[in-house]
Amino acid sequence: MTLFDKLWQEHEVETLSERQSLLYVDRIFLHERTGSVALNSLLEHGRPVRRRQHAFCTMDHIVDTIPGRSDDTLMPSGRDFIVATRSAARETGIQLFDIQDPDQGIVHVISPELGIALPGLSLICPDSHTCTLGGLGVLAWGVGSTEAEHALATSTLRVTRPQTMRVQFIGSMAEHVTAKDLILYTIRSLSASGGAGYAIEFAGPAIVALPVESRLTLCNMATELSAFTGLIAPDEQVIDYCQGRPFAPRGAAWEAAIRHWQTLQSDADAQFDSEHRIDIGSLKPQLTWGTSPQHCIDWDEEIPGAGEAPDEATAASWQQAQAYMGVTAGHRLSDYPLDAAFIGSCTNSRLSDLRDAASYLTQTGHRVAKGVKALCVPGSGRVKRAAEAEGIDAVFRQAGFEWREPGCSMCFFAGGESLGEGVRVASTTNRNFQGRQGLGVRTHLGSPLSVVASACAGHLLADMTP
Amino acid sequence: MTPFTLHQGIAAPLLRDNIDTDTIIPSREMRTVSRSGLADGLFAPWRYTDVDARVAHPDFVLNQACYAGASIMLAGLNFGCGSSREHAVWAMMEWGVKVVIAPSFATIFRNNALRNGLLTIELTRDRIEWLAHWVSADPQVNPLTVDLQACTILSGAGREKEVFQIDPIARAMLIEGLDEIGLTEQSLNHIEDFEHRDQLRRPWAYLVDPH
Ligand code: SF4
Repeated sequence: MTLFDKLWQEHEVETLSERQSLLYVDRIFLHERTGSVALNSLLEHGRPVRRRQHAFCTMDHIVDTIPGRSDDTLMPSGRDFIVATRSAARETGIQLFDIQDPDQGIVHVISPELGIALPGLSLICPDSHTCTLGGLGVLAWGVGSTEAEHALATSTLRVTRPQTMRVQFIGSMAEHVTAKDLILYTIRSLSASGGAGYAIEFAGPAIVALPVESRLTLCNMATELSAFTGLIAPDEQVIDYCQGRPFAPRGAAWEAAIRHWQTLQSDADAQFDSEHRIDIGSLKPQLTWGTSPQHCIDWDEEIPGAGEAPDEATAASWQQAQAYMGVTAGHRLSDYPLDAAFIGSCTNSRLSDLRDAASYLTQTGHRVAKGVKALCVPGSGRVKRAAEAEGIDAVFRQAGFEWREPGCSMCFFAGGESLGEGVRVASTTNRNFQGRQGLGVRTHLGSPLSVVASACAGHLLADMTP
Repeated sequence: MTPFTLHQGIAAPLLRDNIDTDTIIPSREMRTVSRSGLADGLFAPWRYTDVDARVAHPDFVLNQACYAGASIMLAGLNFGCGSSREHAVWAMMEWGVKVVIAPSFATIFRNNALRNGLLTIELTRDRIEWLAHWVSADPQVNPLTVDLQACTILSGAGREKEVFQIDPIARAMLIEGLDEIGLTEQSLNHIEDFEHRDQLRRPWAYLVDPH
């Protein structure tokens, strides 16, 4: 059996048809953008939350990240979402990590950090990047608001079973190459719809060697492959990571959990519906040039021309993307001056991400180039305090970065804060869609190291050699 | 949920691949904590030349007089990809869309559609192009008829019949207009049995209610 098969079987309440089952949902996490709708609808129907101790909510999407923030937001109607979420959370009795809560932060950053997401659990959230938690061996996937309401009311979901895929990485990663580069390269190799209909297990020696936070980065972008979810088998590293977290089990329950988690891996003879092997021995830092995460090249490669496209439709989409991005085939990304740099989001806002970027700054002594607006937004209150205790905030500030309060911030544009039309930004986020970070904003995705190096160079760059 | 059995309507072709939910309903158009008030923002980036002033883009298919009242959308591959926002479905339905026909759909979008009574039909790109071609000759006099009982789409002067496949559970849910939560509540004893067994197997997975 594959890891996915085991997780599916353990959560199966009832088989509904050949392809559909009623699955038990162990944890539900909501945020003020889509969760408020689910909670309100539940209340309107007069239904309680079936197990309120298994449901949580955070304020991350709409709340501002500027210091001194309140319920008022730069997004015109943001306050309504915040107030409605708070009152619905109170009425249903679920735990809310409110704006001033020390544990507030981006949903996919705080759920593992607090031990709410644990290996072997199933977890849903009305948010497409819920697959992040697969990095701990959680069966986690994104749903819509109505499905979230269903899970709140019944502790279950009716789920169509995806097929299984394994992506094995061959070789080990060079220095300065990160999990972000690994997943961008995977999307580039398999395409943005290459994982459609699959639960993908990432495996191979490079994965075993990958620190836990990097595994979360990797699985975060499984949704950019259109996959149902991403998964990595939990190991000793993950067990160490989970121990002592506020919602993690203790005592005998902890021992039982470990015994269970040790069974959570694909059997040696497991059959996958699809298998891929990706050689990463010579992998270089990756940057995107276009408007889909699959529009990705090695940092020093030329932007591809329509002539190299596999078919006419692709050629047309490349041309559209290049027009929007203001880049020309045959040029290199380093030819384009940068206006902004953004370090943050559920992909890359954990302590290890901030440490990576800060150590580049201290080792090189570089500062943010003139004219570049640079921001660092920690993923959670815990990340922020830990970074401050290490003096990371001072490193960022002295180099010319703004240091923000935790939240999604400019990872997406909700009508509030944005960088401005035509602005070219190097970003550690996960989506470079047209308008994703604001009307006309040109997003280039890369790792925290690539983004900090680019911010200092004043143009897109991923050469980390000082 | 309103049951879906048969629908005849004007079809509008929007044959691009990877139409994402950010395009269907941009985040900044989701202004209230509700499922309504979204139709005006549907396809805003394509529909308006000036989004703030709501100046209609003359080239956009839904702005053209011949497609007035369209309720069936013909689309490209991987429709509804990206963000999980159910607002994409609510916006389309509020605007009047009843059926979307595409070569493939993003999973979360398809699930969201089903739970709101919006029918999604998968057909090959060839067949969709053929339908688009026929419809566009005169959209107002060339409607499509979608019959979910028979799983057919009728079109053409000779009433050509297109047969489609759909998951039987999804079909039953749509035809009967079933509230999924109500349906699952009938399984409550299965859920409780599962929990009894599971608490012995995974005691660590169950948290105590602090209230
Ligand atoms: S950081 Fe960005 S991608 Fe992640 S949950 Fe927030 S808005 Fe979504």
